[in-house]
Amino acid sequence: MRSPSRSRARLVALAAVVSLLAAACGSDAPDDDAADDADTATDAADDDAGTDDDAADDDAAADAGHDLGPITVYSGRNEELVGFIFDDFTAATGIDVEVRYGDTAELAITITEEGPASPADVYFGQDAGALGALESQGLLTTLPDDILDQVDPLFRSRDGNWTGTTGRVRVLTYNTDNLEEADLPDSIFDLADPQWQGRIGWAPTNGSFQAFVTAMRISEGEDVARQWLEDVIANDPVLFENNTAIVEGTARGEVDLGITNHYYLYRFLAEDPDFPVANHFLPGDIGGLVNIAGVGVLASSEQQEAAFELVRYLLSDEVQTFFGQETSAIEFPVRDGIDAPQLPSLDEIDPPDIDLSNLEDLQGTLELLQEVGALS
Amino acid sequence: MPMPTDEPQGVAPAASPDDTSRTAEVAVAATGSPAVTWEAPDASEPPGPRPDARAMGRGRLARRDTHPVIWLPAAVIAAAMLIPAVYLVIAAAELDGGRILDIVTAAETRRLAGRTLLLGSSVTFASVLLGVPLAWLTVRSDLPARRFFAIAVALPLVIPTYVGAFTLIGAFARGGLIEDWFGIVPPSPYGFWGAFTALTLFSFPYVLITVQSGLRGLDPSLEEASRLLGHGPVRTFLKVTVPQLRASTAAGALLVLLYVFSDFGAVSMLRYSTFTRGLYIQYRSAFDRAPAALLGLLLVAMTIAVIVAEARLARDRGGQFRSRGPTRPAPRVALGAWRWPAAAACSVVVALGLVTPVTVVVYWMVRGLAAGEQVNLAFGAAGRSLLAAGLGALVGVLAALPVAIWSSRSSSRWARLIERASFTGYALPGIVVAFALVFVGIRVATPLYQTLAMLVFAYVVLFLPQAIGAIRSSLLQVTPDVEAASRSLGRSRLATLQRVTLPLARRGALAGGALVFLTALKELPATLLLAPTGYDTLATRVWSATSEAFYTRASVPALWLIMLGSIPLAVLMVRERREIDRS
Repeated sequence: MRSPSRSRARLVALAAVVSLLAAACGSDAPDDDAADDADTATDAADDDAGTDDDAADDDAAADAGHDLGPITVYSGRNEELVGFIFDDFTAATGIDVEVRYGDTAELAITITEEGPASPADVYFGQDAGALGALESQGLLTTLPDDILDQVDPLFRSRDGNWTGTTGRVRVLTYNTDNLEEADLPDSIFDLADPQWQGRIGWAPTNGSFQAFVTAMRISEGEDVARQWLEDVIANDPVLFENNTAIVEGTARGEVDLGITNHYYLYRFLAEDPDFPVANHFLPGDIGGLVNIAGVGVLASSEQQEAAFELVRYLLSDEVQTFFGQETSAIEFPVRDGIDAPQLPSLDEIDPPDIDLSNLEDLQGTLELLQEVGALS
Repeated sequence: MPMPTDEPQGVAPAASPDDTSRTAEVAVAATGSPAVTWEAPDASEPPGPRPDARAMGRGRLARRDTHPVIWLPAAVIAAAMLIPAVYLVIAAAELDGGRILDIVTAAETRRLAGRTLLLGSSVTFASVLLGVPLAWLTVRSDLPARRFFAIAVALPLVIPTYVGAFTLIGAFARGGLIEDWFGIVPPSPYGFWGAFTALTLFSFPYVLITVQSGLRGLDPSLEEASRLLGHGPVRTFLKVTVPQLRASTAAGALLVLLYVFSDFGAVSMLRYSTFTRGLYIQYRSAFDRAPAALLGLLLVAMTIAVIVAEARLARDRGGQFRSRGPTRPAPRVALGAWRWPAAAACSVVVALGLVTPVTVVVYWMVRGLAAGEQVNLAFGAAGRSLLAAGLGALVGVLAALPVAIWSSRSSSRWARLIERASFTGYALPGIVVAFALVFVGIRVATPLYQTLAMLVFAYVVLFLPQAIGAIRSSLLQVTPDVEAASRSLGRSRLATLQRVTLPLARRGALAGGALVFLTALKELPATLLLAPTGYDTLATRVWSATSEAFYTRASVPALWLIMLGSIPLAVLMVRERREIDRS
């Protein structure tokens, strides 16, 4: 026998499923629910950055690009960080943007697998290596000079096929309960010292770590890089899956210091102001390599003008200032004259003179890491 | 068709009048002629009330009775399942011979293969030890809060391993929540034992769910007969119940083993390097698909080896095919003094596999809310997940039915081969299948590329064996005599299929659909690359937030995943209750 209460429960369940599916279909018109989500992110960002009056300026510009687009962006940068920037771009230019988020490397490989039919117009990644791989396969088009001229040569491709949008610096993060900043080394090479036995966290499978090793192979030579890796491995470093995990492990005291990028820390501090970790910069040292998050326009794109507009927008005052000041992910603006008040200036960091376009031999770095046993 | 009821795996009968035709069949299989030639005469038979006297007279029904409506779609589906393997061959062909030899013989390759097999076999062993007793307890005993446990012990399956491993680290690592709250230092979650524990916890439900389904399909009269003959409950369980569960246990165990082959999330976070992790590192570090593709092919080779071994190990030794289907639900076994210890054992599993992750997730939410973070309720993402995973389960079951029916009702080598071919997509890392479908999809099915249809197809390629295994084991529980009876009573093959076989497959289809739904819900790599642009789901939300350490934002979609995941488990439960009500 079917009891009335069970039929009612079934009705309720059915209604719940129908309404969820309705929510899903509703947002197939791109704005509905996705925009709601983005709004919360934008509101939060606006509160932080104090850019509430942008909307008024946007309306004037909104007519300019109405005949351009829509464009599709493959973004290896995270929706939580950059999602609202695309919405603001559409509001400012009238160019519609569709974004596919994913892993930086996986999206770059996807573009190579797709070939000339790729739906992507713009690739936005957080590693110069991925952009360099697309460039070397001839999949990116040369950016106009007005874009390239804005950017410090340190932050863009030598051949002009991609440009950085923000800089990120390799640092040592350290546990502030266990170490004073004065205890920390001034060079990444000092981590070979036995006093760091069992106290180092690293992520050798991570793209930015491998970019750093590639840079070290170029600037210091293959043998020095191998020796450094072997010395660090002799100190039994703790292997983490990614930079986020390093920062967390450092906070828990699993390790005293970690080799990572500078910007992960700020997110933890946003959720927990007492988070016991700080950044230690390595001025003038190869361990303080500056890498980029950057953007390229696909050679196969039929919307290159609209795509260039997006690149210009990413380099605009608003967006550069936002990245320099946003509380949960402060990165280095790539244009001169934009402030990042909480970060040391580029002069203070004195980044090593490495051309990011030269970081091509990724397979060589991978094999070196395998040979010294860093990946196991 | 030589199909003695005890020999579903095609073991040659000792001596039968069919030996000549059997020889002929082997010869055909050896020359590679398609099974079509065997079915063609049947296809031309006039349908009608006249029983197939020739077939009946020789007791041969199974394969001859396979209608083209079954084997034709099965063959097409199997071909589609081979897309990833074909892609890997194309990609690996870019390497020259010397490089191939280098990679295949590299010490690193051997090491990774050894570790993968070690982890896979130990997780599978533990999953069987955990899954079979828990299935029995939650289906056939008077365990306290039995219905709650039946769902709760299966739910760890819905937790993506990248979240599950992450929460285990958050709880068990040095300075984690357990040390923080209780002041005790728990065992380290890293290395082999960490990966072993996490993968066992989050994948043993494959065994649990298929065996639960198997138990619900048992004919209780066999056990009653054993008891009436004077055997005790333990002996009855071991000698009567367990043999009948062999097919469903083997199906679940194979799913666990091959899942371990393909997992990336847990092994990478818990620092135990396996083949799949090596493959991911190769892909992501060097942007070069060829060496990664070669590693993928080696993984396919390992999968084939495992499947061949499984086919030998799980070969029927009697004990199946005795049932006419459950005529009525089996009575619950009273546990007596063991009731509460059994409940405690179930609680431990629930505590580790469900309560720990949920606690960590809720902790993230509370901590973030306290710090003034905003929480998005993610209704849209939940709906999109429900839609995509629901369609994946539906299409997956529809595609699995012909393959499962053919392979469980025919001893044709082709049937078995096609069923096994479907495992390649499942055992490969999701990212490989995703790239394969990108490469093939954009060239062959351009209008469908990056549409919902493409995503659903990807789910089917990835998860079809889950549905096949469940349906096949539910059919193997019932003797083909049932269908033979239907034919002898004058029903056509199609009518028999519709009125007899499909209803018998329904229980397995539900369990299989539930498995596909649960795994599609949490699927990440293919969803990121093949869903319509902007189609964010719960899994992509969780990934997106956790990968950048926005844990508060990950909490709501993670809880949604667990809630939606309990839907199919609840459906299985309700059906069981309805059957009891009916009796």
